[in-house]
Amino acid sequence: MFVFIIRRVLQTIPVLLGVSLVVFLIMQMVPGDPATLLAGEGATKETIESLRHELGLDRPILYQYVDYVLHAVQGDFGESLRSSRPVLDEIMVRLPITLELALASIFITVVLGMIAGIISATKQYSAADISIMIVALLGISLPSFWLGLMLIYFFSVNLHLFPVSGWGTFSHMILPAITLGAGGAAIVARMTRSSMLEVVRQDYIRTARAKGLKEYIIIYKHGLKNALIPVITVVGLQFGALLGGTVLTESVFAINGLGRLIVDAIRTRDLPMVQGGVLIASVIFVFMNLAVDVLYRYFNKRIDLN
Amino acid sequence: MMMNQDADKILEVKNLQTHFFTDEGTSKAVNGISFSLNKGETLGIVGESGSGKSITSLSLLRLIPSPPGKIAGGSILFKGEDLLTKSEKQMRSIRGNEISMIFQEPMTSLNPVYSAGEQIAEAIRLHQKLGKKEAWDKAVDMLRLVGIPSPEKRAKQEPHELSGGMRQRVMIAMALACHPEVLIADEPTTALDVTIQAQILELIKTLQKDFGTAVILITHDLGVVYETCDRVAVMYAGKIVEYTLAKEIFTNPKHPYTIGLLNSLPRLDMDQVELTTIPGTVPSPYNMPKGCSFAPRCAHAKSICEQAVPDLQAIGPSTEVSCWMFTPQWEKAYEAQEKVGI
Repeated sequence: MFVFIIRRVLQTIPVLLGVSLVVFLIMQMVPGDPATLLAGEGATKETIESLRHELGLDRPILYQYVDYVLHAVQGDFGESLRSSRPVLDEIMVRLPITLELALASIFITVVLGMIAGIISATKQYSAADISIMIVALLGISLPSFWLGLMLIYFFSVNLHLFPVSGWGTFSHMILPAITLGAGGAAIVARMTRSSMLEVVRQDYIRTARAKGLKEYIIIYKHGLKNALIPVITVVGLQFGALLGGTVLTESVFAINGLGRLIVDAIRTRDLPMVQGGVLIASVIFVFMNLAVDVLYRYFNKRIDLN
Repeated sequence: MMMNQDADKILEVKNLQTHFFTDEGTSKAVNGISFSLNKGETLGIVGESGSGKSITSLSLLRLIPSPPGKIAGGSILFKGEDLLTKSEKQMRSIRGNEISMIFQEPMTSLNPVYSAGEQIAEAIRLHQKLGKKEAWDKAVDMLRLVGIPSPEKRAKQEPHELSGGMRQRVMIAMALACHPEVLIADEPTTALDVTIQAQILELIKTLQKDFGTAVILITHDLGVVYETCDRVAVMYAGKIVEYTLAKEIFTNPKHPYTIGLLNSLPRLDMDQVELTTIPGTVPSPYNMPKGCSFAPRCAHAKSICEQAVPDLQAIGPSTEVSCWMFTPQWEKAYEAQEKVGI
């Protein structure tokens, strides 16, 4: 297991290099020049040129990239073009907020989704099952920005139960977490249901019954652990979608997280900030995938990690 | 003769009917069967696929998936008490404790995510109320008993690390861990290769003697019946067609279906180019013939066979047959005076 983790960590290096290269190239290709934007309207050509030289933008692209990577591995992602503060410092202020939001949403995705899925599977074709599946269908179909606005409208504006926007307290967290987690919860619920239904038809469940075990032990001990194997995969994939989703959710709820930071940086062509932000998000994603693989192995020892 | 000794009877099944209600109609998978099991004896239930053997065994423990299945009638007397009137809770205390079961597929019958030891210990903890450590030790003892080398190590392994034969040994250890009075073995050797088959049967026989367990052995292999069973019930299309001593069935089979089964066995003492087969196929469970279900395939069938179902009746001290040929009505129906060829 230890060797596996080490190897997987080493494997992240080419992945991250690739991500940084792609982001770097895309930012080169998008129209708009950071130096012109930074210099402001009415700046002379000379000012822009000297600014470009100062930022190193007049050097060959490959040179710029290598320079960037060499600094990045030392934790130096450059300075924000907008605020002139180190990119890493800015990210570190925003990252905990996004992580909190992501974890709260994952919690909703996993806990709500799994409980709903198990209820659905154990009471197949009951009213509970049908209602859960209808809600799940809605959860998958509704775009998160619309859901977010509706939640704000009903629970914040009309019922005054939760704050409209911002971040900081537990009650700030609830609506954004639901908005971001709902789609995932719906997918996990459907996945858990189908996986559970498949598992309860297996021979070893019949063996467990023949042993005289109680129904809930059969479901939760013998069934769930097997049923979770495909569910973990989905949760892992959902985490990626979730990181992307933070961008929208943070915008809807005016939360100053990493997603919003990246969006703002893209708008202002704040190249180092975009690169740093995307790279950090990629690191999180890669490590989440690693965590999923390790969990996978825990739930299913038949998987040979080596 | 072991039959009709009520004091020794541990299990008595009377007119058991298990039906499946599906969109295609009602399938009478088990259609009114009766048999009994004495303490310590081995009863074989033979029949081809779809004859209702496995459904019978699952019905005994009330493990029929419902819906679509349902035990529609009859009684299952275990130590004089009808299992069909027991609550689910009472049934749980019987399953795996007083009546255990081994299944056909050792590959899929063990839970892939728990160790062999844990799966055995679980039953011990449940029924014998032992602590974790004692139950584990007992599970290891059981593994040793079923002939698994280095049981301490094997107990910690998961099913995928064990071979098919070993998994079936684990299943046997699990089934016998609580010293049940009845063991139902549903084709325990079908999925195993021949050398392992013999070992597993030998193991079941030995443990049966040690524990005094009565065994119901479900099989389609007549050789296994000969080797292991005291008595045998031959099933066809959800009914018992012949119920007799195991040895009797080889020397003096009565029912045309039993004879057909025996004739279809390859024989070492004869030069056979082709094996004899029973013509036709088993009738669809949704569309059973009105009369004897074997009549469409039977060389002796007369009009009476197609009109009414023959009862299972005693034709000797230890043999019961369900066939019109052995009834007084047969002589009347048999006008041609042709000699009965069995």
